[in-house]
Amino acid sequence: MPRISGVDIPPDKKIKISLRYIFGVGPSNAMSILKEAGIDPERRAKELSEDELAKIIGILDRGILVEGALRRAIGQNITRLRDIGSYRGARHRRSLPVRGQRTRSNARTRKGPRKTVAGKKGVKELGK
Amino acid sequence: MSRSAKKGPFVDEKLYLKVSKLNENRAKQPIKTWARACTIIPEFVGHTFEVHNGNKFLRVFVQEDMVGHKLGEFSPTRVFRGHSGKKPTTPGAAPA
Repeated sequence: MPRISGVDIPPDKKIKISLRYIFGVGPSNAMSILKEAGIDPERRAKELSEDELAKIIGILDRGILVEGALRRAIGQNITRLRDIGSYRGARHRRSLPVRGQRTRSNARTRKGPRKTVAGKKGVKELGK
Repeated sequence: MSRSAKKGPFVDEKLYLKVSKLNENRAKQPIKTWARACTIIPEFVGHTFEVHNGNKFLRVFVQEDMVGHKLGEFSPTRVFRGHSGKKPTTPGAAPA
């Protein structure tokens, strides 16, 4: 079972799909890695030889932030925004949308499950 | 959409002149400005600006990390004091 960059073990799928199970590798990164390594993207992950796997790992190590390192980098970027006291940092702190989206409705991804407020307009109708 | 790279960052001309004058004299004094849309460039680092938020001027001391952001990002225009009837659960959760 192939194992790339720590814990990722994608076996029976085509290699171009399997690589995307690594956090930080999407469709275009997967294709460019395979092109650089000279591996046919349509082959199954389990068919790859040790050498080919080593090649892929080498390319990942050289150029692409992946898994833990990428998560850390993202976290650091957010911490930076918070520390300099910017508007975006403030939005992250309150876990509200950062990029100017509306918050009167929607924005549930950032705000989490709805918290019903008693006495607010519309609540009575919901209770009927 | 982001700004065309051809134009370079937007820097308020007058503000830039004032800062370069301060830099020449090696002086540091707060500059009042309404130019919230002005990008912070490396020359601004270490200076203090008083950025208008529509009501009053808020002091912004420019650090190195702020380069590339706009002055307005550090001078919030809205105040959220929390919703009514909600007890403050954690102190500092809703900074005024």
